[in-house]
Amino acid sequence: MTEKTDDHVAIELIDVEKSFGRQTVLKKINLKIHEGKTTVIVGASGQGKSVILKHMLGLVKPDAGRVLVFDQELGRLNRNELKKIRTQFGVLFQNAALFDSLTVYDNVALPLRERTKMHEEEIRSNVMEKLGLMDLQAAEKKFPAQISGGMQKRVGLARALIMNPKIVFFDEPTTGLDAHKSNEIYRLFFRTQNQLKYTAVIVSHDVPKIFKLSDFVALLAEGVIQGCMTPEEFQLSEHPLITQFVEETMGPIYSSEKDEEGFYAKA
Amino acid sequence: MLKIFETLGNHTLYYLNQAGRMGIFLGGSVIAFFMPPYKIWPMVRQLQFIGARSMFVILFTGAFTGMVLGLQGYYTLRKFGSESVLGSAVALSLIRELGPVLTALMVIGRAGSAICAEIGIMRNSEQIDALECMAIDPYKYLMVPKFVACVISLPLLTFLFDLVGIFGGYLIGVKLLGVNEGAYFESMKSSVVWADIEMGLIKSLVFGVLVFWINSAKGYYLHLERAGGFGAEGVSRTTTSAVVLSSVSVLVWDYLISAIKL
Repeated sequence: MTEKTDDHVAIELIDVEKSFGRQTVLKKINLKIHEGKTTVIVGASGQGKSVILKHMLGLVKPDAGRVLVFDQELGRLNRNELKKIRTQFGVLFQNAALFDSLTVYDNVALPLRERTKMHEEEIRSNVMEKLGLMDLQAAEKKFPAQISGGMQKRVGLARALIMNPKIVFFDEPTTGLDAHKSNEIYRLFFRTQNQLKYTAVIVSHDVPKIFKLSDFVALLAEGVIQGCMTPEEFQLSEHPLITQFVEETMGPIYSSEKDEEGFYAKA
Repeated sequence: MLKIFETLGNHTLYYLNQAGRMGIFLGGSVIAFFMPPYKIWPMVRQLQFIGARSMFVILFTGAFTGMVLGLQGYYTLRKFGSESVLGSAVALSLIRELGPVLTALMVIGRAGSAICAEIGIMRNSEQIDALECMAIDPYKYLMVPKFVACVISLPLLTFLFDLVGIFGGYLIGVKLLGVNEGAYFESMKSSVVWADIEMGLIKSLVFGVLVFWINSAKGYYLHLERAGGFGAEGVSRTTTSAVVLSSVSVLVWDYLISAIKL
């Protein structure tokens, strides 16, 4: 495992175990998320990638082990302390999890309305700025059910970023989108992260595209993090499970330099 | 043989669990109510939905309940030649029992099911998780306005129900069947005491808490339902069980409060 000691650790999972009923999902998870960097958790479907994310968010408590966020152990915090930590989170859920009885505008405005004392004009300018960034001004008055899946994800992203969070979690940000739409999400991600400098944790199986955005890649297989390293190291790793994953998902040849060169520079 | 014990144990554990989380839920809602910030507008909107929009149905059921009480009461009382106490009979049964109970049952049918389904769907589509991750307390944001609206509107609706019911009894008893108008109201005045009104008020407040509590908690813990809270069917099943459970609890508590107060 590669460690960069000069980095600050934003989130750390130590020996986290979790079972649902008789099914053990996480056996012993050890993972560090470095501040200001993008960490991607990859792995086959159904391995418990989202469960790891839910542990980091404090939505699920581990059966054993510890989850530290900014050096505070989530399991030991009371409701208010947990709430305080979460004020620094932004989350893009797998299905966007928009409030379906609120309009796009109200969805994005909700955190500002509930958590700040801003005036409605201030809220409006903030929300419209974020919607503009996501190219969504026209959809302002629509309800989530009236817009496409890709637009819903963008609304979710706008909502996740509205409070300028320190850590943003992405649960399968591009699943269910076509290549064009997922590129758009990646571009938005790239652009907003450059602008806002947040720590990003991405759960995805959109390999190899996601590698270009990431500083670290972690493979979850058999309930264990098999390694967390830079994308280059990951693809050249000799760990049998990692090699297997790399070969299955992107073929035996390392080719991501060639295809779509300069793609993200466009953003 | 062992299997019986296993099933029995599982059931017991499930219900204990459920009772525990229901308790936690009510506690959480009460605590959230006292925590700032205090936002009036969401409460007003829930009051409108749970209270104001139930008015028509309450007026209707109240009027017919009073009318049927007038009718039945008249023929029963006539056997003993005491039609003159019809007003007292109608008013007492409405204020003490029928008003609070029927109002609660109507509100459960109209708004309780809606509360459970709304919160259940939010749970199912991760909207409640999303709220928590945004550091917005779901108790404060979702539950407190409904809680306040239920506790305020049930007594008011009950009051309306009683009033309309008494008037319905008057229409049938006095106008249709010819009971003396003075006797109808005089018997009412002399027999209804503050304790009766107090009992009705306490009942309607308790029912307000019950309607909110059971329906919201069922929706909130949809994912923990034993039958499975998945998808549209999970929501419909849970809503059904919430409506049944809250209706039964209203009747049980009605008996308990009557037994304690009398």
